[in-house]
Amino acid sequence: MKAGGLSWWIRCFVCFQEPPRKNSAANPQTEMVPVVYLVTQSIHCSNVPRNVNLEKLRSGYLFPEISRHETEHLQKNPDARLIRLGIGDTTQPIPDTITQAMAEHVRGLSTIQGYRGYGAEQGNMELRKAIAGKFYQDMGIKANEIFVSDGAQCDISRLQLLLGPNVTVAVQDPSFPAYIDSSVIVGQAGELEEKTGKYRNIIYMNCGPENNFFPDVSTIPRTDVIFFCSPNNPTGHAASREQLKQLVEFAKANGLIIVYDSAYATYIRDGSPRSIFEIPGAQEVAIEVSSFSKFAGFTGVRLGWTVVPEDLRYSNGFPVIKDFNRIVCTCFNGASNIAQAGGLACLSTDGYQALRNVIDYYMENAKILVDGFESLGLKVYGGKNAPYMWVHFPGLSSWNVFSEILKKTNIVTVPGRGFGPAGEEYIRISAFGPRQQILEASRRLKFYL
Amino acid sequence: MSLMNNLSNSMIYSSSSAFLAPTSFNSRTHNVSVPLKSPRIVKCIATPQEEQTAYKTKVSRNANIAKLQAGYLFPEVARRRAAHLLKYPNAQVISLGIGETTEPIPDVITSAMAKRSHALSTLEGYSGYGAEQGEKALRAALASTFYGNLGIEEEDIVVSDGAKCDISRLQIVFGSNVTMAVQDPSYPAYVDSSVIMGQTGHFLKDVERFANIEYMRCTPENGFFPNLSNVARTDIIFFCSPNNPTGAPATREQLTRLVQFAKDNGSIIVYDSAYALYISDENPRSIFEIPGAKEVAIETASFSKYAGFTGVRLGWTVVPKQLLFSDGFRVAKDFNRIVCTCFNGASNISQAGGLACLSPEGLEAMQEVIGFYKENTKIIVETFNSLGFKVYGGQNAPYVWVHFPGRNSWDVFTEILKKTHIVTTPGSGFGPGGEGSIRVSAFGHRENVLEACRRFKHLYN
Repeated sequence: MKAGGLSWWIRCFVCFQEPPRKNSAANPQTEMVPVVYLVTQSIHCSNVPRNVNLEKLRSGYLFPEISRHETEHLQKNPDARLIRLGIGDTTQPIPDTITQAMAEHVRGLSTIQGYRGYGAEQGNMELRKAIAGKFYQDMGIKANEIFVSDGAQCDISRLQLLLGPNVTVAVQDPSFPAYIDSSVIVGQAGELEEKTGKYRNIIYMNCGPENNFFPDVSTIPRTDVIFFCSPNNPTGHAASREQLKQLVEFAKANGLIIVYDSAYATYIRDGSPRSIFEIPGAQEVAIEVSSFSKFAGFTGVRLGWTVVPEDLRYSNGFPVIKDFNRIVCTCFNGASNIAQAGGLACLSTDGYQALRNVIDYYMENAKILVDGFESLGLKVYGGKNAPYMWVHFPGLSSWNVFSEILKKTNIVTVPGRGFGPAGEEYIRISAFGPRQQILEASRRLKFYL
Repeated sequence: MSLMNNLSNSMIYSSSSAFLAPTSFNSRTHNVSVPLKSPRIVKCIATPQEEQTAYKTKVSRNANIAKLQAGYLFPEVARRRAAHLLKYPNAQVISLGIGETTEPIPDVITSAMAKRSHALSTLEGYSGYGAEQGEKALRAALASTFYGNLGIEEEDIVVSDGAKCDISRLQIVFGSNVTMAVQDPSYPAYVDSSVIMGQTGHFLKDVERFANIEYMRCTPENGFFPNLSNVARTDIIFFCSPNNPTGAPATREQLTRLVQFAKDNGSIIVYDSAYALYISDENPRSIFEIPGAKEVAIETASFSKYAGFTGVRLGWTVVPKQLLFSDGFRVAKDFNRIVCTCFNGASNISQAGGLACLSPEGLEAMQEVIGFYKENTKIIVETFNSLGFKVYGGQNAPYVWVHFPGRNSWDVFTEILKKTHIVTTPGSGFGPGGEGSIRVSAFGHRENVLEACRRFKHLYN
């Protein structure tokens, strides 16, 4: 048997003490002298090696890092009136009709008739049907292809567990950091190249104004999986029907799987596709992840869903949905039944209308911020189909711009570099906030910039 | 009324079982056979043949998931219950299989959750993203309630949506290059998550074990505690006490030996304490009651079986600061990174409920519900004892482990289901060491438990 690891630490203490006395009567006013103590202390380390994949992550996850900067800033400037346009955290209350449904469900849990224990890990069938009916009408997506979850971030990791370490992935650059980070954690990503800031085995598909935020598919090497987010976080770009057709064709021609993140679909205003399944053939190549977070202010309530079509198959013909179901049944135990009751209310006629009003509110915020930046001569992208603005600061480091804005205006944003190397020179501004704060932010930015 | 309620609760599982009763899947690849000692194959529900021209991607199936032999245990049990109901639509099925809580949640807890729900509709009360590790007040309450004088602090505790989810998140922290040991029998999520993570080899049909997992046999003969001198060193040791499925609580002496074993071997114990509040005697409720445990153990726990939160979803995991990887890196830091990246916090409404659970009134209310289920357990134990069975567990956990010497546990499960319309859980579902036993769970309305016991007496007299 191997012995447990031990580390020996030597700590040095300097204490002031009376000098040691001899036999003679001591003078009570004896001067104190410094005495050095060396203390050895053992600390137990296990013999369990750290997961090498986690070592490859260079820093904390992006959004807690932003929080950390915010906290530090507040510690230095306790009177600062911070305006948070950083982490995309919803701020407006959830409409009554939805919270009432949740409260009613909760009260039911105290009754014999209304008590519910374990639910189906895939979610309540009523909710799955409602999601199918509301978002996938006429797209041939059935309720049993929908898996209710506690949110898109969690689903992305469950999908990575499903796919395993031996697949290759491509991401948009810039993109929501959970795709890359989860890829690293599962062991797909290879080593980080310090010079480029890219992981060796991940393909980064540059998406910028120069290519209308859509990669040239003819130049992308084949990977097993493509993560694609539309409307995009952080750029705000909603992919067009034509672009998505290209993507689906590319996927089909190469036998790859698209993981399509549609968390902001309900923010689309210009008729761009809201679901990848609007594109014919997508059911054979795509998984779609979505969320109630930004749609319903459920960032804290926790509810989302993933669509895995029955027609999506591995190279050996095995349906992907079966393995995803296995993951969901083994690594998860269903979304909270309270959140699910809320979700159902969100999809009622009244609930949905009330939520549209909240979305309109945030998009009015976005308009104010877009106008503000444009009036300063800055190039602003997004803000039209998503609650994010992607502002270009040519030639500047995005973390420096982030720090400057925070210092000078007490506004928290997100540096574009946090979303990938191509995010350098950009700042993401989120449109979530109470109107007065948005107006105040706009004033401060105009003044500073 | 209560039997019907029990029935309608059982229908909740129909969606997972309906899923596993496919209508359009390739029957060649559909696998519902379960590892059995006898060569009988469990018949799956008929599926039509797949068209050969169906489009396939070029993405290889994850070989780790392919190693799993059948569905996760509890949906399998649910599937059989649903199939049984199809055959006997008028049967009054009683579910003592899946550890499914049935009693309503005490008012003091639900009123806190209702209040939080309403507050989300107000400007002052609305909250968006919470800290991924959980709300501060709840973490503090967990620390003081369960770990008061054990030196575990608020920042050592991470709130989750349940122990099962935490187990997988811990596996993600550990990665594929660690070895693990489990009790045999044990809660299936430890082995299954290990397979999914790629820590194991293939399933060895002759011994019904996965290669590369150390199975620590726990039997009545060894007091349901493994003989550690026969256990090979592994990086991780999963240990559940009070145990699911056997109901056995580990003694202070046993846990002291386990902690020493982990220390000597530089292993990490993942201690599952989901049933700790069911302990009736002086056995330890937390691994951290054992000196030195903070340097070798993680503890996971859950509100599911205390507060009936099986559907509400709330639990927690303790990762002490003193727990270090071999290079000295704090395990808690990596766990935090996983929690921030692969998770986004437990539902704020559930957390409000959790806080209410830990108020003096809430604790008292939870003890009442636990007491109710313990009374159920007593009734079940007495029944099987009176029928001459060797019965284990039931004193310190809501599970009764009944020995059927020489019999195949899926056969016994099927026989009980067919002849009494009672759902139990076959012991082999928990590992080869579970063969020859049946787990009977004690969650149920009192009338159902009494009725079930009447039917057991009728069958086995």
